[in-house]
Amino acid sequence: MLSRVADSLYWMSRYLERAVHTARLIDVDLQLRLDQSPEASSGRWLRLLEASQAPIPEDGKIDATALTDILTLDRTNPSSIISCVAAARENLRQVREQCSSEMWEQLNRLYLQVNSTTSGEAWLLHSYVFFRAVQEGAYLFQGVTDSTMSHGEGWQYIQLGRYVERTDALARLIGTHFTRLPHSLDQAVESEEYLEWVGLLKSCAAFEAYCKTYTAELRPLRVAEFLLLNSSFPHSVRFSVDMVHAALTAIGQLTERKAEQPVRLTGRLRATLSFSQIEEIMASGANSYVESVRWQCAQAHSSIHQIYFDYPVESALVS
Amino acid sequence: MPETGRRMFRPPFRNYQFDTAYDEMFEAPGEPRPHYRALFQTLLALPPEELRKSQQAADLSFLHQGITFTVYGKEEGTERVFPNDLLPRIIPNHEWRKIENGLTQRIAALNMFLEDVYHRGRILADGIVPRELVYSCRHFRREMRGLAVPRGIYVSVCGTDLVRLPDGSFAVLEDNLRVPSGVSYMLANRKVLKKVFPTLFRDYGVSPVDHYAQALLATLRALSPSNSTNRHEPTVVLLTPGVFNSAYFEHTFLAQQMGVELVEGRDLLVHDNVVYMRTTAGLRRVDVIYRRVDDDFLDPLCFRRDSRLGVPGLFNAYRAGNVMLANAIGTGIADDKAIYAYVPAIIRYYLGEDPILSNIETYLLTDRSQRDYVLAHLDELVVKAVGESGGYGMLIGPHSTAAEREEFRQRIVAEPRNYIAQPTLSLSRAPCFLEGEAQARHVDLRPYILYGNNVTLVPGGLTRVALRRGSLVVNSSQGGGSKDTWVLRA
Repeated sequence: MLSRVADSLYWMSRYLERAVHTARLIDVDLQLRLDQSPEASSGRWLRLLEASQAPIPEDGKIDATALTDILTLDRTNPSSIISCVAAARENLRQVREQCSSEMWEQLNRLYLQVNSTTSGEAWLLHSYVFFRAVQEGAYLFQGVTDSTMSHGEGWQYIQLGRYVERTDALARLIGTHFTRLPHSLDQAVESEEYLEWVGLLKSCAAFEAYCKTYTAELRPLRVAEFLLLNSSFPHSVRFSVDMVHAALTAIGQLTERKAEQPVRLTGRLRATLSFSQIEEIMASGANSYVESVRWQCAQAHSSIHQIYFDYPVESALVS
Repeated sequence: MPETGRRMFRPPFRNYQFDTAYDEMFEAPGEPRPHYRALFQTLLALPPEELRKSQQAADLSFLHQGITFTVYGKEEGTERVFPNDLLPRIIPNHEWRKIENGLTQRIAALNMFLEDVYHRGRILADGIVPRELVYSCRHFRREMRGLAVPRGIYVSVCGTDLVRLPDGSFAVLEDNLRVPSGVSYMLANRKVLKKVFPTLFRDYGVSPVDHYAQALLATLRALSPSNSTNRHEPTVVLLTPGVFNSAYFEHTFLAQQMGVELVEGRDLLVHDNVVYMRTTAGLRRVDVIYRRVDDDFLDPLCFRRDSRLGVPGLFNAYRAGNVMLANAIGTGIADDKAIYAYVPAIIRYYLGEDPILSNIETYLLTDRSQRDYVLAHLDELVVKAVGESGGYGMLIGPHSTAAEREEFRQRIVAEPRNYIAQPTLSLSRAPCFLEGEAQARHVDLRPYILYGNNVTLVPGGLTRVALRRGSLVVNSSQGGGSKDTWVLRA
């Protein structure tokens, strides 16, 4: 497979994952707003901006409309939904002969839908439809991809992109939440606070899965344990890192190239997540832990880039 | 026949217009040609609403599949759907056979011409084609002098534009010997029409075109260099300028259909005069490049230095015989619009045969008397820049303003070699489904010719339509569309 193609598939997948993550965040936020006063919500909005790495207003004040606009339809914000979907589509367009036509059509349709959306009063009223459409469009794309594309090298890059992005996004969200929101770890949260913790879980599509494991009594420690260390839930950090590792191992076998470094990096991260105790993690602070996860993930990313996408020609000619 | 005569004016043909142009469908008002009768009956029986729905479904499917082209000169990368018309253009088998023979003859002669011009230059020495005309051509490549290309095949992929004159005969309007495009639309249109008129399609006995990609791959493989390490399974790639090129959809489509890699210049590199592509599993040797990049941009070391689309060192690898390009470099001299005037003579010279397909009368503006005539009749003639394509750089006399004519007059006087003139042709017209009814529009025909082990024509081609009422320009960049072309098996 051409290096450029692999690179495009990887980024296509990352951008789409980023779009759907943001869509989920705002979708959840829209629901929470209904039960809260604007003052109560504005703290969460700042956290959202921080977690999305979007520009934060200097005076620290933000209203609901501005927030939605920045994260959704603002083309100058490279991580807004519209920018991400457009970037995903542009990446796929550059390699469209490599994916199935069903995949291209699905992503193109999602793009046309998002692209025809304009901001305004009418849109704000029904914007939940939009966020649902983005999430469903992306789920559909994943389903179409899994069932129409060969699960070969190209598919592995798509997996890789999705889970690298997910690990990073989850880590950022969890880090900001635990840092900015006051809590005591081992007590069930109540009333106003409760909503915020439900919001965190829902933002990771994890509320129902959490309840099945721990019941609807929310304790920050358990929430952290679930989102960081659960081995079978697809939106947990550990699960995502497992998938990154699996994709890397598969790619190493398919290309018969020495990929020791990224495999070792993700393998170590995987081991840490498998054998960590949540109490120990929280004792030294959730934020420093997720920052270390993010850092290791970034290392793996650049190492992948150097081995498969942008290797020096001299090294390739020798072998 | 009074009966059909009356029916002529039923929908969707209520407002169908005739003029002096040849009508593809009707012999006389109300009287369809034999090979169009079944389609005519079907259309009369079909509620226009049905057709309109099919049209909408087709448009939407083109949009969703992203079958688009990019318009230059507007906002960067404006994507547009290439309009497709639902009514097929039907060509009877005996007419097709003549086209096929004529084009086979033409591509053979033009290849011999290229081989000659870049080697001994017999045709120039014999004074058949003026030497200065060849050497002054912008697409003449000195670098190609004396360079042997495999089997002497310079042009392996060719798309020739044919028009039908008022007397019903086909004539060649233009040879496209560099990087002709449009073949993907031929295939996409066919796919749509099979869905819209399944029964009609089967009953008509239409020759299939779906094997084009396979034929193209076989043609490209036949060019594989003899010193390749994998002679029997040569690595073929399609080189595209990238996602902003107007024909990008076609490049991805053909690469996918052939099962070859679609590469950009940055994916390739040359080491020791061997071309490699950069893959995730390391470097892989490339044997044949079907390039959809113009000569100028192929190799910054040899041609345009500012090109970022090409591969540094590619020409040397080509010269060393380690990689093949299709088409060869420098084929543009043979589709120069001034050389075009000499093609009948070229055919006679190399093959000793009369041309099967006629040429359009062409005025060469380097000749004083012809130039004077043209300058006096600019309002009647079509003036074209010799090295342009895609409908850019053209003056259509009868549809032009005085200011435009003056501008062309000055350009012609300044650079007579750069322009030719032709009479304004009345292209044949065919019914198109527009605004809910059948309307007559001018059409041309571009069949695609492949030349590898032998000459192959896929029976069909791209019928381009000038969608604007009265317009004679069929190019997609100038408001043209296309329709499926049915060549009948018998």
